[in-house]
Amino acid sequence: MAGKKKLPLSGNTAIAYAAKAADVDVISAYPITPQTTIVEKLAEFVANGELNAEVIHVESEHSALSAAVGASAAGARVFTASSSQGIALMYEIMFIASSMRLPIVMAMATRALSAPINIWNDHGDFMAASDTGWVMMMAHTNQEAHDDVILAYKIAEHPDVLLPVITAIDGYFMSHTIEPVEPIEREEALKFIPKKVTWRVLDPDNPVTMGPLGTPEWYYEFKRQQHEAMKKAREVFDEATKEFEKTFGRNYEPVEYFMMDDAEYALVAMGSVAGNVKAYIVREARKRGIKLGLIRVKLFRPFPAEEIAEVISNLKAVGVIDRALAFGSSYGGPLYGDTLSAAYIRGIDTPIVNFVAGLGGRPVTFHDIKTMVDATLALDGKTRKDVPKEPYFIGVRE
Amino acid sequence: MGRFEIRWHGRGGMGAVTAAELTAMAAVKAGYYAVAFPEFGAERRGAPVKAYTRIDEEPIYEKTPIEEPDAVVVLDSSMVGQEAVLHGLKSSGWYIANTAKDPEEIRRIIGRDDVKVATVNATKLAMEVFKAPIVNTAMIGALVAATGIVPLEKVEEAVRDRFPERYVGPNIKLLRQAYESVRVVV
Repeated sequence: MAGKKKLPLSGNTAIAYAAKAADVDVISAYPITPQTTIVEKLAEFVANGELNAEVIHVESEHSALSAAVGASAAGARVFTASSSQGIALMYEIMFIASSMRLPIVMAMATRALSAPINIWNDHGDFMAASDTGWVMMMAHTNQEAHDDVILAYKIAEHPDVLLPVITAIDGYFMSHTIEPVEPIEREEALKFIPKKVTWRVLDPDNPVTMGPLGTPEWYYEFKRQQHEAMKKAREVFDEATKEFEKTFGRNYEPVEYFMMDDAEYALVAMGSVAGNVKAYIVREARKRGIKLGLIRVKLFRPFPAEEIAEVISNLKAVGVIDRALAFGSSYGGPLYGDTLSAAYIRGIDTPIVNFVAGLGGRPVTFHDIKTMVDATLALDGKTRKDVPKEPYFIGVRE
Repeated sequence: MGRFEIRWHGRGGMGAVTAAELTAMAAVKAGYYAVAFPEFGAERRGAPVKAYTRIDEEPIYEKTPIEEPDAVVVLDSSMVGQEAVLHGLKSSGWYIANTAKDPEEIRRIIGRDDVKVATVNATKLAMEVFKAPIVNTAMIGALVAATGIVPLEKVEEAVRDRFPERYVGPNIKLLRQAYESVRVVV
């Protein structure tokens, strides 16, 4: 564990350190559990004079993101953070930020949506944002949470992209867990993400109108351009992560493959549960001779369909773990829906089964993972026609 | 050593979460992988608090709760003997308590012959040093003295990193006193 100095940081603090290193100009946020300490820490940096930024106190998340839109349109590097009901209240403005092509970065400490009121972790809020036109990433360690903020500005502000980015961590399981993190210093961060206004901004000397009426003659073209920008975001993500690795020595891919070289079965997962699956693979499955691997989806939008389909095509059976439900959908969990379409369009016949687990903060234990692995292994020798049409609800009381 | 998992029991404001973090920091300084986390929920002063430290020679991937700790550390003497504190404690694990009682008596109170017990009068030591019952560094001293899980000097380094200058001296003094005065029955 040699190298640079590691600090014991919570996921939230790791994110705040990254926003400081990115030298953000404006922080506009409204505190909500479990995200609160991100913004608290940033306010402390500003109060101490460690960060020269404008902290905008607002009365709601709707206003927090509205202020972020205004500040970004004025050319500021903008940061915000939220969770759950806060994300829900931002929803209207999230579409506006992406459609106005403003490179805002928002950290999300994922948390269940009400009702019933629940401050604990699942991916309900994250998945509800999945069609808002934001680039979306999810980390599974605090180091990654830190690095993602730096990567996010690199992608958001790229002139071919100009889209807002969400960097997510799991509420509590990561936001409140302390891990050793090697923080990126401001000087090195700013070499990687120089402060340069790459997007069209409001300027009294060269007045423009932003966000006006888009009549049927024009609206559709805006949406088509957003679609293209999202595809560009994928190219830029790949360039950015390569440069990141060269600069900081840490490698990130849209999809992380863990013990996949000789794997016959895999679980697909995101966030902290992916860590639990890794531990299960090392401590249990491989010791019992089960050739199980993990496909961890880091980049959720744009969805890395090609890679996931490719790796799945070589496997005997795959299980997808969802921490959210798409009520009434044809599939069950949102990650399953994306995985299934990626495979189906490419004619892949591997059986892929869905697990819904850990809603509202219920821990996903080794016992739960074993249940999922057993159900996945049971599909050995089967085809997609044999896959249960309903998700398995893991760890729920029926 | 493989893996070592610690559960801390205190009340809001006693520093159980800080103790869990400091121990993880010290373990990292000693070359291990370590994480610390509180029990997740709505925190309030005076309410029972649990915090966790997970230490390993190998990378720690999981974020699962610790269900079978190798050691429990009881910061609040009024909680000694509570069922919640004993819950899941491994056979031949450590029960480390802030109490004036001797370890044999604690073992009788908790009714577990299969666990090792360490005691220290952390409240008395902390009152002498801080004039306040801030016992977390004392309990880390007792933990590392009893279990040898992390060298004392690594904890001292973690204390120096973590606290403002004026709190470093008293915390290290308390840490050392607890380390020296711990009583053990195995």
